Amino acid sequence: MSTSSYAVTTVPLDIGALVDIVTAPRADAPIGPGAIATFVGVVRNHNAGRRVERLEYEGYEPLAIRSFERMGKEACAQWDVRVALHHRLGTLQIGEASVVIAVASPHRADAFAACRYVIERVKQIAPIWKHEFFEGGDVWIEGATADPDNEDARQDAYRIAVGDRASASSVSATQPEPSGVAGNAG
Amino acid sequence: MQVNVRLFARLRDIAGAGEVSRQVPDDATVSTVWETLANEFPELSEYRASISAAVNAEYSRMDAPVGDGDEVAFLPPVSGG
Repeated sequence: MSTSSYAVTTVPLDIGALVDIVTAPRADAPIGPGAIATFVGVVRNHNAGRRVERLEYEGYEPLAIRSFERMGKEACAQWDVRVALHHRLGTLQIGEASVVIAVASPHRADAFAACRYVIERVKQIAPIWKHEFFEGGDVWIEGATADPDNEDARQDAYRIAVGDRASASSVSATQPEPSGVAGNAG
Repeated sequence: MQVNVRLFARLRDIAGAGEVSRQVPDDATVSTVWETLANEFPELSEYRASISAAVNAEYSRMDAPVGDGDEVAFLPPVSGG
């Protein structure tokens, strides 16, 4: 298990290890955590009406790490938080964790919001792909065109994070996903 | 000059390889590299409007210049999480 805040790995994910990372004492953070929010995305057994048998995740590792670091910085600029994010690659069976996020903060509102923000940003800009193997075939899942500089997308992630769904304009926020591109896990 | 191209997910399937090297003109941009590949693998063309690109593992615009030995990556719409 990586002790880095941001990692991609082919070994099973451990949310407890991420909690340890974001709660480890730090000299430059005199106020310790009062809340820890975690998110675990797991492989669902159905997607878009298909019976899913497994997912194979592919990623562009160095860019994935950089995109995670970027998301973490964005969250830290918005909220008083520490963030850790690990994503699994390779073959995953139903129920296995594909992504784990831990966020520590002095206060729960920041922890919850930042955790939600980070998973929304993963969906938008992490260079990672699901190859879905279902009963009777397989398909590459294609979601968002990754553009980290797309400020509208970033704002959508923020609005979702703070629960302002009414003014969130993205497809992911307000409309059902079109069949064939709907996401599993995360 | 030569660039090293990385292709992912369905783009990799279409090209039959995740890493290929190609010769491109000295004034080539990311877009030039893409067009070189799309000519070779016409099925790639449908992705022109939806791909993202990266140069040396940093997100890049399609009109960015590329240099000799650069790693140029093309990414179909992402589906992590």
